[in-house]
Amino acid sequence: MKLTVWTYEGPPHVGAMRVATAMKGLHYVLHAPQGDTYADLLFTMIERRNHRPPVTYTTFEGRDLGADTAGIFKKTCQDAYDRFKPQALIVGASCTAELIQDDPGGLAETMDIPVPVVALELPSYQRKENFGTDETFYQLVKALARPVEKTPEVTANLIGPLALGFRHRDDIEEVKGLLYEMGIGINVVAPFDATPHDLTRLGAAHVNVLMYPEHAETAARHMERTLGIPYTKTVPIGVGATHDFVAEVARLCGVEPKTDLTRLRQPWWSKSVDSTYLTGKRVFVFGDATHVKAAARIARDEMGFEVIGLGCYNREFARDIRALGKEFGLEPLITDDYLEVEKAIEDAAPEMILGTQMERHIGKRLGIPCAVISAPVHVQDFPARYSPQMGWEGANVIFDTWIHPLVMGLEEHLLAMFREDFEFHDAAGPSHHGGHAPKPVAEATTPAPVEEPAVAETPSETGSDVMVWLADAERELKKIPFFVRGKARRNTEKFAAERGVREISVDTLYEAKAHFAR
Amino acid sequence: MNRPVNLPAATCRDTPVLKERGQREVFCGLTGIIWLHRKMQDAFFLVVGSRTCAHLLQSAAGVMIFAEPRFGTAILEEGDLAGLADANDELDREVGRLLSRRPDIKQLFLVGSCPSEVIKLDLARAAERLTQMHAPHVRVLNYSGSGIETTFTQGEDACLASMVPVLPETSARELLLVGALPDVVEDQAVDLLTKMGIGPIRVLPAHRSAEAPGVGANTVFACLQPFLGDTAAALERRGARMIQAPFPFGEEGTTLWLRAIADEFGVDDATFEAVTAAPRARARTAIANASAALRGKTIFFMPDSQLEIPLARFLTRECGMEAIEIGQPYIHKGLVGPDLDLIPAGPVISEGQDVDKQLDRVRAARPDLTVCGLGLANPLEAEGLTTKWAIELVFTPVHFYDQAGDLAGLFSRPVRRRDLLKLEAAE
Repeated sequence: MKLTVWTYEGPPHVGAMRVATAMKGLHYVLHAPQGDTYADLLFTMIERRNHRPPVTYTTFEGRDLGADTAGIFKKTCQDAYDRFKPQALIVGASCTAELIQDDPGGLAETMDIPVPVVALELPSYQRKENFGTDETFYQLVKALARPVEKTPEVTANLIGPLALGFRHRDDIEEVKGLLYEMGIGINVVAPFDATPHDLTRLGAAHVNVLMYPEHAETAARHMERTLGIPYTKTVPIGVGATHDFVAEVARLCGVEPKTDLTRLRQPWWSKSVDSTYLTGKRVFVFGDATHVKAAARIARDEMGFEVIGLGCYNREFARDIRALGKEFGLEPLITDDYLEVEKAIEDAAPEMILGTQMERHIGKRLGIPCAVISAPVHVQDFPARYSPQMGWEGANVIFDTWIHPLVMGLEEHLLAMFREDFEFHDAAGPSHHGGHAPKPVAEATTPAPVEEPAVAETPSETGSDVMVWLADAERELKKIPFFVRGKARRNTEKFAAERGVREISVDTLYEAKAHFAR
Repeated sequence: MNRPVNLPAATCRDTPVLKERGQREVFCGLTGIIWLHRKMQDAFFLVVGSRTCAHLLQSAAGVMIFAEPRFGTAILEEGDLAGLADANDELDREVGRLLSRRPDIKQLFLVGSCPSEVIKLDLARAAERLTQMHAPHVRVLNYSGSGIETTFTQGEDACLASMVPVLPETSARELLLVGALPDVVEDQAVDLLTKMGIGPIRVLPAHRSAEAPGVGANTVFACLQPFLGDTAAALERRGARMIQAPFPFGEEGTTLWLRAIADEFGVDDATFEAVTAAPRARARTAIANASAALRGKTIFFMPDSQLEIPLARFLTRECGMEAIEIGQPYIHKGLVGPDLDLIPAGPVISEGQDVDKQLDRVRAARPDLTVCGLGLANPLEAEGLTTKWAIELVFTPVHFYDQAGDLAGLFSRPVRRRDLLKLEAAE
């Protein structure tokens, strides 16, 4: 057993639902107890879909367990086929049904269903949602895709985008645009909006664009092996990655790497002097491996940030993230325990977090700005407006999104200059955000010079020796802008501990500052 | 004098119930944890289940992410299933860890799930063992919130029922109010009853385990929610007696509920009138304002919380709506009988669900308002049907006089919005 508070990923059958819901003409019959239908609302509410997910649940109850749950499955399967008349069915078990050991695949095989029925084996007690997406799509491709004649013109399949994907809808448009500029047409986009019939035509493409390795890498490998279609290894998120992607596609297809950069504004925005204050901003990056890899590169090479921590929650890609960690000189965090992530962020004291919905909450709690770069996300990250992450427009979107939560340049200077200002004290927070109404004047102005004990009562928690901050040092520390104060405190204590200094004075503080100055 | 004078000749009490089985589009009882853990401030809810259970709680709890929420899931792993690890040892270890990290926890609920029920993990025994291990600081109880046994609000029923056997014994004549309500509403109820001279009044669940009410042969209790059948039965086993009444939704429901308790405690009409006259008038005014958009409109309830029958009674009798079908996940006539008595025969009363067939009936009837879960609401809106998502009725203060207008407002808002939006040109 493992005590879990919040999870980054759902169970694998939710992954299968994401594939089924993304497609048309496919129906999923899920052997599951009452209550598992909760997952429907992820699609109808978070993604705001205007139809029910194409999933029928057997809804067995306690009293059915001793009796005929297999019979219930067969009846549900037949009814679902009769009602929805899909081009293909997928059948499988949720975690509870896995325990009662009915075999949905075997049961469906004994029935007379005139369309392909694909059985899913999703080990609920070992694997998670992303495995479910990848495995489901692979099984569908394996069952349906056959060698067919290539299209006369150069075409690509876009594989990986699916339901509940972070910005998948708009990434598709952006990648289509990139390919169009090179004269490459689209054969099939899958699973997003594809039908089972479309999957039978996958083999006609010249290249597979693997948009999201988490969701389609197994299928991409399978198609490379059985259909001879090469697939792209670069995910075009960020300007550099998009250039690499264009070059890779051009090479695989034997076409000119043509690009239209007229809409790309990110590089100039980042070069403009207004962005100078972004230099060396210390960021912590966490999310799914694909988006973390992309974000780390953008942060370092295209925004001028310093990446001080990175990690991912999907263990399937731990190796990639370890390699990335090596490149950045960091020990990566591979965990699905959000309390561990919170701890790591607290320790690193970054100026900004790039993460998921969970990190947004961690940031809120710690008072650190955060931008969302990866699933899981909430409803506000399925926006009505066009907002891809991939390609040129994606780079523009990312620049705006990441900059927005930060205190702006001039504001940052003024905060340092007038740090005792009653409207501009550190607890006021960024002025362009709500929820930071200035505190009442009495509280915010410099405290009256009352009699203070010579020693502040904040013994440090670091080290075995109790370390104390002298009152004037503590006061000086408070003058440092709040977003770097945690780091300053930690550095000073580290500096003091290394020198066996047990009382921190103003001098210790500035000696430490000089020591750590870059 | 406050009893309904013109009871219809035939009521829904006599209507044959349409019982259906098939796919159900409902939450399981684990969902109750989301409001119970806020109400019981020294309790922790530990679900013993799968990743699905953890994902359900998190999806249903939405943005309620706390630094340290007082619920979690002990996720069963491969080893637990194969018998490789002794599930009891594993559980003891995880509970020990949890309690050492959260020393403020006084009550720990081990909540059973579908997987734990299917592998027949004996959580009742585990709760006894853990109570002994962590006595006297923490008491460990157990109930099931599994989908194979409980639907949505039944989780609260199972939780409260599990607390009843360990409530202290008392011979005092006390009024016990049963059901977790928002504090503001609970205070209003206690205030009204106190003004009539009724007391002492206790509530189940209490905010803290130290405030747990006593129960005994002189206890009388009234349910605040219609889904508390097992809790009522458990209290009756302890010798307590239930006061039957319609549930306190709307002006009429609140008045009849208060009247039943007042009668039990011998409150005279003049006192009752003096205490209730002003809030009754306020409630009537508020309902009249908020329900203008609902008059003459039809409503269809999909099953969700067991609140459907009392709410249909309120909407048909006080807001002028016409019910087409009142679907419930489960009908406990011992509790909702008085409400059924007040609804004139006419609507279909259904229990259980076969969701596709029920949706066929919705589409055929094209009601003005459909009350349903979040998995169905947007798809039905996209078909041009107006919906009211049902979960809000559990999470919003809706009981008693001063919420009566808000309750009507919850139903009228989607209807008014439909009239307000002029989006046809864009579609």
